[in-house]
Amino acid sequence: MDNLIIAGKTYSSRLLVGTGKYKDFSETRAAIEASGAEIITVAIRRTNIGQHADEPNLLDSVPPSKYTLLPNTAGCYTVDDAVRTLRLARELLDGHALVKLEVLGDPRTLYPNIVETIKAAEILVKEGFDVMVYTSDDPIAARQLEEIGCVAIMPLASLIGSGMGILNPWNLQIIIDNARVPVLVDAGVGTASDAAIALELGCDGVLMNTAIAAAHNPVLMASAMRKAVEAGREAYLAGRMAKKMYTASPSSPVEGVIASAPSQ
Amino acid sequence: MIHITINGETRQFNQPINIEQFVDENNLKGKRIAIERNGEIVPRSQFAEQFLTDGDRLEVVVAVGGG
Repeated sequence: MDNLIIAGKTYSSRLLVGTGKYKDFSETRAAIEASGAEIITVAIRRTNIGQHADEPNLLDSVPPSKYTLLPNTAGCYTVDDAVRTLRLARELLDGHALVKLEVLGDPRTLYPNIVETIKAAEILVKEGFDVMVYTSDDPIAARQLEEIGCVAIMPLASLIGSGMGILNPWNLQIIIDNARVPVLVDAGVGTASDAAIALELGCDGVLMNTAIAAAHNPVLMASAMRKAVEAGREAYLAGRMAKKMYTASPSSPVEGVIASAPSQ
Repeated sequence: MIHITINGETRQFNQPINIEQFVDENNLKGKRIAIERNGEIVPRSQFAEQFLTDGDRLEVVVAVGGG
């Protein structure tokens, strides 16, 4: 079986999905089911105190018994905020160690602050977290994060929520070639072909949220992403043909044609 | 009277209160929450033992949709 292994645990799906921006929890649940994803990201936020006693809880729709939840540090701009958020997540999820670290540097681009990300990763790894880390497509940053002990490197394809697709496949290729832990594209995927390209490049998986949640039909897009990730992975494993830049190669026999070929 | 900052808002309490009582009184019992007190996690097993003191800062969080 061709499985994705992260921090010693085996997953059959290479598509990881977020739970943000959906109309309601029922749409969230339907999209996740259609995506086939097993690892599901969640955010950690302050709760309303003393109000909305019957407010529905995300974890009722996405139960930790059924999915591997991946709490994130979205919205955190400092080491301290990110580390505290994940400590709270671990308490919330009964000692759960797998987390997604992102330390942002700028609210307009949501570009990662690599210096702060590295500092946070060092603390979290020492505290026993299995850190999947959101990073830029800088191969040196990726290598340093791996050396610290992150269990997966997750470079952006383009800005979070932009849907701009894979803007620098060459850098992703360098990161993939160098890494000994799984590399997952996190952020920037806009449609199914983007996900397929990521897997064709040799990425071990793709994490996405907006591409599904902001589609006109999120459940159908979730299904499309599932197929794109499977197709991209199979194409990668199959090994693509070599590109021939300036010469065609006929697919049909050249002998026995009833017409005569034009002279060279 | 003590003042506690809870999720960024200051609240007054007229008598000593532990975290378990705070959770009960705010309809949070049995919910999937986590609590941090002055930057340190409060394990659920310690809710009854930890009494809030003047100037404490509490964060009470839940999981929400996100990517």
